[in-house]
Amino acid sequence: MSEPRVGVYVCHCGHNIAGTVDVEHVAEWALNLPNVVVSRENKFMCASTGQEQVEQDIKEFDLTHVVVASCSPHMHEKTFRNACARAGLNPYMFEMANIREHASWVHANDKDGATNKAKALVSAAVSRVIFHEPLEPMQVSIRPETLVVGGGIAGIQAALEIADAGYHVYLVEREPSIGGHMAMFDKTFPTLDCSACILTPKMFDVGAHPNITLLTYSEVERVDGYVGNFTVRVRKKAGMVDQDLCTGCGSCWESCPIRIVDNVFEAGLGHRKAIYRPFPQAVPKYPVIDVPNCTYYKSGKCRMCEKVCPTNAIRFDMQDEVVELEVGNIILTTGFKLFDARRVPNYGYGRLENVFTSLEFERLTNAAGPTEGKIVLRDGETPPQSVAIIHCVGSRDRNYNTHCSAICCMSSLKFAHLVMEKTGAQVYNFYIDMRPLHKGYEEFYHRIMDEGAQFIRGKVSEITDAARSPEEDGKLVVVCEDTLIGQQRRVPVDMVILAAGLEPRADAQAVGYMFGVGCGDTGFFTERHPKLDPVATVTEGVFIAGACQGAKDIPDSVAQGAAAAARVLGTISKREVALEPIRATIDEERCSGCRICNNMCPYHAIDFIEEKGVSRVNPALCKGCGTCVAACPSQVITGAHFTFDQLMAEIDGILVDVLSDQPIVEAV
Amino acid sequence: MSDNGTFTPVIVGFLCNWCSYRAADLAGTSRMGYPATLRDIRIMCTGRLDPTFVLRALQKGADGVLIMGCHPGQCHYQEGNYKAIRRFALLRRTLRQLGIEDERVQLHWASAAEGVQFAQTVARVTEQIRQLGPLDWARNWPNEDPYAVEEAVHE
Ligand SMILES: Cc1cc2nc3c(=O)[nH]c(=O)nc-3n(C[C@H](O)[C@H](O)[C@H](O)COP(=O)(O)OP(=O)(O)OC[C@H]3O[C@@H](n4cnc5c(N)ncnc54)[C@H](O)[C@@H]3O)c2cc1C
Ligand code: FES
Repeated sequence: MSEPRVGVYVCHCGHNIAGTVDVEHVAEWALNLPNVVVSRENKFMCASTGQEQVEQDIKEFDLTHVVVASCSPHMHEKTFRNACARAGLNPYMFEMANIREHASWVHANDKDGATNKAKALVSAAVSRVIFHEPLEPMQVSIRPETLVVGGGIAGIQAALEIADAGYHVYLVEREPSIGGHMAMFDKTFPTLDCSACILTPKMFDVGAHPNITLLTYSEVERVDGYVGNFTVRVRKKAGMVDQDLCTGCGSCWESCPIRIVDNVFEAGLGHRKAIYRPFPQAVPKYPVIDVPNCTYYKSGKCRMCEKVCPTNAIRFDMQDEVVELEVGNIILTTGFKLFDARRVPNYGYGRLENVFTSLEFERLTNAAGPTEGKIVLRDGETPPQSVAIIHCVGSRDRNYNTHCSAICCMSSLKFAHLVMEKTGAQVYNFYIDMRPLHKGYEEFYHRIMDEGAQFIRGKVSEITDAARSPEEDGKLVVVCEDTLIGQQRRVPVDMVILAAGLEPRADAQAVGYMFGVGCGDTGFFTERHPKLDPVATVTEGVFIAGACQGAKDIPDSVAQGAAAAARVLGTISKREVALEPIRATIDEERCSGCRICNNMCPYHAIDFIEEKGVSRVNPALCKGCGTCVAACPSQVITGAHFTFDQLMAEIDGILVDVLSDQPIVEAV
Repeated sequence: MSDNGTFTPVIVGFLCNWCSYRAADLAGTSRMGYPATLRDIRIMCTGRLDPTFVLRALQKGADGVLIMGCHPGQCHYQEGNYKAIRRFALLRRTLRQLGIEDERVQLHWASAAEGVQFAQTVARVTEQIRQLGPLDWARNWPNEDPYAVEEAVHE
């Protein structure tokens, strides 16, 4: 190959860079670096004039490599790669030096330091870029089927969007019915429409849709493959009911003698039978037998359900079924779990009878719930005359979760309305800050204030039944510093509702691991970019939507479900996707066959080829992390775009003596 | 190098693409100041960090090396940072044998949301290395070949 010819472009970014870094000087200085044939400064490199300058120079100066010193590669690497490509240069012959986020913006008080650092970063890029090799994105075909994991409102929305567009969806739900948390609610804020009325039709559509295969009471066990071509193994737990015969008539659960506290759907407030379907509108309509709690499996006797079933649908010997699905894309919509209010001992949940969690209250006020919608104390009959609603329980608190659960202000307002409407009780909302953020929410807040709810600003320190005065006798006393009047207050009430926060599912980490999705600080699934790519993940072909990505309400969950569906439909209609060619390859000639890399790879992308006694990387599975590259004792694994030579050259380049243009060591 | 008696170290940073590089970006977007001592190199994951890179940086004039990645359990490639921890332990042993102080080569974590922590880490590490003074590998270990040293730390 002929001598490399590098073009360097240093961006002012208006004042953003030039206000701190001496851009002119950096551009001039870079001209002395090895292989640089042209070095320019430009007001805005990302503008069309900046890009055209690069294109023009590539042609005019016969550039073989390009370096742009401007912002973060996460911002504009693609922009400049495209500019190179337009001028006929392979886009991977480009490198970026980040002199804005990593220099001018953080060293505004040290102009010399910022300029010197910019020089070092430019030198590193120039030194590295000449080792770049032309790379081609890999094209892989996309299967049109999609897997959606989790049948809450987010998953339902995603599944329907894709199915309505004409493509097949497999919807896997762990519980016997889809619906998620929304199915538990009576009313939904801010409109107070009935949750079942808006959810049930959608659930029905999912059950009846010709393009949706619904796999309830099922869980994903294993995921293999890569974008466009995943193989997913799903275990369908044996429900002991033959779905071809069952009509969902209900004789079985009516006659079942075993009553069990329902900790899932009824939040522990109500009961279900050992053969059950979680709620009347369940989709599918078939019940399942809860094997550990069924008398027949314990003692071999009973078989009551079998006796009464008019269609002989009970199958006590049914086995789990394992199915393999081939899908092109995956959407995770596994939702959230409620913060365990027992973790705040001073609020007394589990100890003080009439302290309820928000989900318990949802069931209490639900016409289909255990009290048929009557808001009563634990005794099952007395309506409360005063109710305290405590916001932010387990949220915005360093002891538990620092994040805001986003929905509790609004659900607390909803509770206030329902309590006042149904019981006429006096309601006190204890809040830290009110955050009714979305369309119509502030208006809802005002409506509830107008309806007569009281708002006390302050974090509750304690809920106690130790009375200090006759009026506190037999009551729950909410102790709090009212920060608006600067006074300690004790408010006696009959009932307390804890607006517990939204947390990641207990198994989020394990589920994420299976699908190649990480969890952030708060434990929710991590999106590819918090602002610009909120439903994609670092694993191509795996998307996230709803409360599994972070606490959010129904409108936001629906929006994300639809957004993820749109992303999937986009790839399906393109039929192919291009993958970043940042991949590892093994030089089979020099591989010693030690197999150290085989177990290193978190994606099982490295196979051992027995006949040849060497290892080989499956490029479609490899995600380019480079762990095997660093581990190979023979140094025969190459990590494209982050090769040994490229990184060594970058190190050498970055250690330039910025006062001359020689390496630091030589300059000593 | 010496500026009126106060020494300004040169520190080479290895930042993983997904968390710590983004933390550095965030520190930038939020205009959090920190010393201009860190010259950073982006790698896809700390799991890519070949111990040779660190030795090369020290040999070529760095006074210290700061490796930063995603928090344990949050690596975007699931477990690359755990591998980095293991390699780092071996590397540290080698560096100690050469008499290089622990503070010069450090491994830290910053999530993409931790711009503040990133800036604070750079400031703290800079101060520690400033206290130690220049490393001056070229003078102290004139015959030390980093490739040979690296053999010793490779898994
Ligand atoms: C007390 C309370 C009141 C609320 N009131 C309102 C309101 O009035 N208005 C509003 O807009 N929002 C409200 N919300 C918020 C609302 O609940 C959420 O926005 C919504 O439920 C999120 O939907 P989702 O589909 O993401 O998750 P979820 O509803 O949690 O559904 C997730 C589904 O995935 C399934 N699943 C989980 N893991 C797996 C797995 N590994 N495999 C298979 N399936 C799995 C679950 O069984 C579940 O069916 C309230 C929340 C609470 C706690
Ligand atoms: S990607 Fe950050 S440490 Fe692996």
